[in-house]
This record gives sequence, C-alpha cells and structure tokens, in this order.
Amino acid sequence: MSAKFLQISGFAVAIVAIQIVTQLTDSSFLLTQLTMTAYYSLLVIGLCMLIGYAGQISLGHAGFFAIGGYMSAFLTTHDLTVLKGKPFVALLSKFGLLVVKKDLYGAELLAFHPWPACILSVCTVLIVAYVIGGPVLKLKGHYLAMATLGFGIIIYRIVLGTSGLGAADGLSGVPGFSLFPGVMIGGGGPGKILNYYVAWGIVVAGMTALLNLIGSRVGRALSAIHGAEDAAEAMGIPTANYKLRVFVLSAGFAAIAGVLLTHYNGSIGPSEASVMKSVRYVAIVAIGGMTSLWGAISMSLILNYLSLRGSFGTYDDAVFGVILILIMLFAPDGLIRRQVLGDLKSLFGRFTRKGAVT
Amino acid sequence: MTPLLSVENLSKRFGGLKAVNEVSFTVPEGSIKALIGPNGAGKTTLFNLISGVIAPDTGVINFGGNYVQGLRPHQIASKGMARTFQHIRLFPKMSVLENVMIGRHIHSKAGFVAGMLSMPYTWSEEKRIKAKAHDILAFLELENLADIEATSLSYGQQRNVELGRALACEPRLLLLDEPAAGLNMSETAELGSLISKIRDTGITVLIVEHDMTLVMEISDEILVLSYGKKIADDIPLAVQSNSEVINVYLGEDEEDA
Amino acid sequence: MELLLQYIVAGVTYGTIYAIVAIGFNIIYNTTGIINFAQGEFVMLGGMTAFTFKEYMPLPLAIVSAVIITMIIGALIEIVFIRWLHKPSVLRMIIITIGLSILIREMALHIWGEGVTALPYFTGTSVTSVNLGGVFISPQVFWAVGISSIMVILLSIFFNFTLLGKQMRACSANREAARLCGINAQNMVTFSFMLSAAIGALGGCIVSPITYVQYDSGSQLAIKGFTVAILGGLGNSTAAVAAAMILGILESFSIWALPAAYKDVVSIAIMLTILFVKPSGLFGNAAAARLKEY
Repeated sequence: MSAKFLQISGFAVAIVAIQIVTQLTDSSFLLTQLTMTAYYSLLVIGLCMLIGYAGQISLGHAGFFAIGGYMSAFLTTHDLTVLKGKPFVALLSKFGLLVVKKDLYGAELLAFHPWPACILSVCTVLIVAYVIGGPVLKLKGHYLAMATLGFGIIIYRIVLGTSGLGAADGLSGVPGFSLFPGVMIGGGGPGKILNYYVAWGIVVAGMTALLNLIGSRVGRALSAIHGAEDAAEAMGIPTANYKLRVFVLSAGFAAIAGVLLTHYNGSIGPSEASVMKSVRYVAIVAIGGMTSLWGAISMSLILNYLSLRGSFGTYDDAVFGVILILIMLFAPDGLIRRQVLGDLKSLFGRFTRKGAVT
Repeated sequence: MTPLLSVENLSKRFGGLKAVNEVSFTVPEGSIKALIGPNGAGKTTLFNLISGVIAPDTGVINFGGNYVQGLRPHQIASKGMARTFQHIRLFPKMSVLENVMIGRHIHSKAGFVAGMLSMPYTWSEEKRIKAKAHDILAFLELENLADIEATSLSYGQQRNVELGRALACEPRLLLLDEPAAGLNMSETAELGSLISKIRDTGITVLIVEHDMTLVMEISDEILVLSYGKKIADDIPLAVQSNSEVINVYLGEDEEDA
Repeated sequence: MELLLQYIVAGVTYGTIYAIVAIGFNIIYNTTGIINFAQGEFVMLGGMTAFTFKEYMPLPLAIVSAVIITMIIGALIEIVFIRWLHKPSVLRMIIITIGLSILIREMALHIWGEGVTALPYFTGTSVTSVNLGGVFISPQVFWAVGISSIMVILLSIFFNFTLLGKQMRACSANREAARLCGINAQNMVTFSFMLSAAIGALGGCIVSPITYVQYDSGSQLAIKGFTVAILGGLGNSTAAVAAAMILGILESFSIWALPAAYKDVVSIAIMLTILFVKPSGLFGNAAAARLKEY
C-alpha cells in the first residue's frame, strides 16, 4: 500500500506543481489543454487495463467516448418543449430531472439537467459494452481487432450521418455543471483553475481505483488470465466473466471521460469517434508499456497535450501512426518497462563507478 | 462408501476418431488412482473431459455427488477439483508466491468493486491468502523461492510450484498430468513420497503417468486405456499380470525396470 | 424492374473492387498468416499515382507505371517492416500494419491534398452508357468487371500452373517443408506483398473513374475487403468474389431502406454478424480454410 500511496501522492504533487508553474509563468491559458488532457487520460488508463490486464485489444474505444459524450450533449441541449404535454416528460419533470434554460435567442428551452444526463449516458455505455462485450470477447486476434474497429466505425458513421446529432458539426451549447456545490465542470473563464483540479482529481481517483484493483485478488486473477488463460480457468477463475467486466469497466472510464469532456468543452464533434482517435489511444497505451498504468498516464499527458497544443501540426495523425509502428517493431512491451529501467540503472552505475578513470 | 469420482460411459469423438470410447470407472475417496496407457490412448482427453476443458459427447461424470459433465473448468474447480498440466502452465511475470496465491482464488471473494475501493475486509483476506500460500510453500520446501519469478526456476522446481498452486485450491480431488515427465530417478522418488504425503492429508489423487516404477509404487488402483477404451481397472499387481495390458505395452516395461 | 437492375449493377461495380481488396488480403494471409490492414492503401495509391502520371503519359502507360510503383512500395513495406521480425504475435502484426496504413494515408494527404481524383473513363465519358435491357450501364463497368475477371483467371492459372505460383502455395501450406524443398520462403513473402499491391493498384485504377479516389479511400476499402474476405472464408479467394458481389448488392439495396450515410454501417453490421455467428464465413469451415487455394 505504501508504494502505491507514494506514487499517487507524487503524482498529485506533480499536478499541483504544473498548475503553479503555469501561474508563475503567466501561461494560465495552457490550463485548458491540460484539463482536456486529463479527461483523455481517463480513457487511456481504462484502456490500459483492458489491453494490458485483460489482454484484449480495442480499436474502437473512441466509440464509447463518443456515445457518452453525444448522449449527454443531446439530452442537455435537445428541446423537449414540444413534448411538454406528454406524460413521460411530466414524469421526468416531477423528478426534477429537467431544467428550463434560455437559449441564444432568449427563448425557453426544456432539456435534461446535466447530472441525470451524465448518469444516463454512462449507464447506456455500460449496457452497450456489456451487450457487445460477450460476443466480441469470444473473438481472438485479427477478428477481435476488426470487430472493435468495426464498432468504432459504426458509431462514427452514425454520429456523422445523423442530423439530429449535428452531423458533421456535432453538438454545441452543452452546459457546464457543478458536480458538487462549488465544484464546477465547464463554465468558462473564471473557473479555469478549479476545472483543472476537478479534472485531474477525477483522474487521480480513477488511477487509485485501478491501482487498487491491480493489487487485489481480481488484479492477480487478471494477470493470470493474461499469462495462461487455460490454467487460470482451471484454478477457478471465471475468465470470460472477468474479461467482460474489464471491458465494461474500461468502457465506463471512456464514457465518463466523454461525458465530462463534452460538458467542459461545451461541445462534441464526430472526430471524437473517429478511428484515428481510437488508434491514438492504443498508441499511447502501447508506448507507455501495456501493463503500466503510470506509463500510460505519463505518455498520455505528454502526447495528448502536445497534440492539443498543435505541436504536431498537420502531421498529428501521422505521429501516432509512426509511434505505433516504432513501438511495435522495436519495443513491443512499451518504453517504460522494468527491464529498461533496470538497464538504465546499470548504465548509470557503470559511469559512477568508473568515474574519472577513462 | 460412495466413490469421490464416478465416470460412466464417457465418450468423446474428434472428427472420425473416438478419442475416449465408453469409459467407465470410479475413484474411491482418499486413494491414489493411476491412469496409464500408450501414447494416443486418450489419457489427456479423459483428463480434459473430467476437468471440464472439453465437453463429452455422451456419458456422465459425478464428482462428490454432483454431475459435472458439461460444466466450465472454473465451475468444476470451485467444486473441489484441481489439476496440473502436462506442459507446465505457470503464470509468467508472477512470482512463485503469487502463482500459489492464485490457487486461493476460489476460497476468497474480494471482487471488482471491493478491489477498486480497497475495502477493509479485503486487507485481512489478502493476509490470509498470503499466509496460506506460505504454508503450502513450506510444505513443499519452496519457501526460499517465494519471491522469484516462477518461470525462471528449474524444470523440477516449476513442477513443484504448479503442484503447490493446485494444492492451494484445497481440492478434494487432485488431477496430476504426467508430473514425473522430465524428472530423473531421485526426483521421481521424491515426487512419489510427496504424492503419498498429499494423499495422507485426505486429498484423492488421479494421476496420468508413463513412469511405471512410480505408478506401481504409489497407486492403490490402476486404470489402463488403449485406443480410447478401458482395458483394465484393478489393483497394481493384477494389472501388472493382465495379459492384454502386457500386450499393449510390449517392450515398454524393460525401460523402467 | 429497371431500377432493381440498376441497383444490382451498382452493387456489382462496388463488389468488384471489394473482391479485389479481399483477394489481396487472402494472398498475403495465405502466404504469411498476416492480415495486412494496409491493403486498401494499395488500391488508393494505384488510383492516385495513375492520376498524377496521366499528366505526362498516355493512360495505359500511366496505369502500368502506377501498378509498378505500388508493387515496389509493397515490396519495400515487406522488406523494411515485416521481414526481419522474429515470430511476431498476431497483435503486433495487426498494429504494425494499421500504423503503416495510417502513414501511407498521411503521406498521400501531404502529396495530393484532400481532393478527389478520378482517372478518365477508358472508353467514352462519364455520360456515355450502354443500354442493356432498359438498364443504363457505363462502359467503365464493363472494363472493371472484365479486367477483374481476367485478373482472377490469370491468378488462378498462376497459382495452379506456374512454378512460382505453386511455390507460393507450398509456402502457405507448410513453410518449413517448402524451405526444405529449396524454396526461398523469404522471397515468397515479399512476392506475395508485391502481387497483392499490384492487384490492388490495378483495381484502384479501373474503378477510379466511377468511384473516385482520395487520400482516405484506402481505409474504407480495407474494412469492406476484410468483411468480404471473412464472409467468403479467410483465405478462400473464389468464395471472396461471390461474397463481394453479395455485399456490394446488399449495400446497394440498403440505400432503399436507409439514408445513404449509413451505407457503411450496413456492411460493418454484416461483418460483425459474421464474426459473431460464423467466423469461418458463409462458404468456409475451419477445416476447409486449411485447404485454401491461393
């Protein structure tokens, strides 16, 4: 427990340090991209569990992100006033799930309050993941890769081609909301710092949960499944069931990321569901070392941030493609492997021992 | 006394080949029963049928009063059956201790939510799992190897770790698949006394083996398969002098004399 | 009735290109066990390169040059990225070829931009059509179906009657045994990539006038091609052709029931259904898959 505690505390300190640095260097505008990076990282660590611990590849994880984000965006922006008379709507209103807002032109708009919208959206994704997870996880190798790829493309095509979901423009005008009194997500300018800490706070919570899981009985079982599935099953581990649960869990992380990022940004577009995004997430997990959560999150921090800042220019997608190729060719276990760290240690050791003797 | 394991008219066909052909036998509780036969006789298939890896075409398997044919391996394991594998299947990238701890999976219950939230009851459960795993390692005299990566050990040590992992399941029936393969004479003798010790703790053992010395030494009963069919099922001395068995094994006895 | 036939013709046209991609998949899969996600990019490269070359030379020459260039690229890919991998896992190979398809696509984007390109019609123009029983068919469709059929026949002859073809089949059936017979398995693999690239490139050229080609045409085709390949049973190219026609026609008719934007959803849904229900395909069974032709 203590090693884990140190790691998480160290990470939390780093988060705070970054924020203070931006404050001191008068570059608080960077916080926006850093906050967005946090939400993408949430998806990445969930994906890392799936790829590294359940040993399943998913080339369509952006699909879960998009379902979550789009559904929440839709529920909170779609005007239900025309249905006001219907009993269903009255019921929702009675439970306080709906709000009346004013849109851009001052007209009244009846839509879902963000909280129930978020919960509904995440639950929907969990259900979808549970339903498709069963048959999908029975597949192996290229078939699994293709099935997940296909899933992602279906979602992309649906959001791109449906005018009710904004087609190519996506949905905007998505309201920010407060998680708890005083803890805001989205809402623009003044809450920037607060938003940053809320986002990374959620990531820290997610990391903690996953690190706990890895060190627990289930985590051990997952490693066993990954290492020798038939032996794991023979030891009483329900392999198919556990793989499905990890799949649903990782989809849940993606959904939460999608929902929260959409409310933070105030909008979502079809590109969030694209194959390139899914590939990007896999590339990050791969370079971070597929079984290393810390590797995944540090690579996510660096790469997502740089990408959002536009550092890769028009070569954005190409960069991730190259990363995938290079990692798979030369370091299929990722860069941040125990072995690499061990090699580095011995390398340093050699230098400090030899010292001045050249 | 009802047998712990009772197999009736078990059959499994692969394409045109009947790998296991109407096999029936019982394993009395608290005994050591050996399953022998020339290569291709269907021994591993029979093991896989009993442990749930494959489902039989016909026949029933009664384990401890429950019908288990057609159940998934993990369901059968939770009913008290554990096994080792012909080609060692230890979990790579996990230590010896962790491998054995996996055996305790069916005797613990911390799930996904409990794991993620690190609920207090899981802490004491983990302690108990670790302690029990250490006990097993001590029993097998592997204590000093506890934190070493399991797959980096020698062949003989890996076999013992796999045995420890199976023992951690606290099984009523232990299936051993050619545990003496690759062992030299003294290691085999040690294995023999170890298996007897295990039986003395109350665990029933069903063992597939080629090493006749070991088989004759420790078995209470021997089941002989040939081309998927049972050709003998008796005490060792009777099997040894069974003419059909001798025919099937012609020449093989000399090697292990 | 004419409308029905019109839809069928459209389905057959698209089916042709899907079949070509699927055959390309199968050739590499049969020789190496690798699913080459970058297969669609060969088609794209063929069409785009020919379009550029056509500025400088007559159309037939442009097409031949494009095919040759794409073959070279196919060979390079194999030599640089695949050849020296030692017993790579399936997952690793999938990711590498996906990465490659992304790279090729991005390169194409930077060379040719986002615009669509189309080769001129081999005969006639975009408005000429042949009236076949009330159905208006562009002559290009005949070119497409005709050339593809010739290609399939030539491939069949190649794999069954020529020494090189037989060597490749030997390699796919049992690489070790092939090596022991003196066949250079390494080169067979390179050659399979070159052959797949050539087929893809030629396919891209012949449908380019009808379907247009742009920098991201490749990935869409890869998915459809894969769907067709598994629909027919992975490794079985004759079945792939039949499967391709089925998919093309189903897709074509889907426009009746669903908005055109969902056309891709239909083919992917078909792929998922096949994967879940019968991964060995309509015409395959696991055992037959071992008896692959080419």
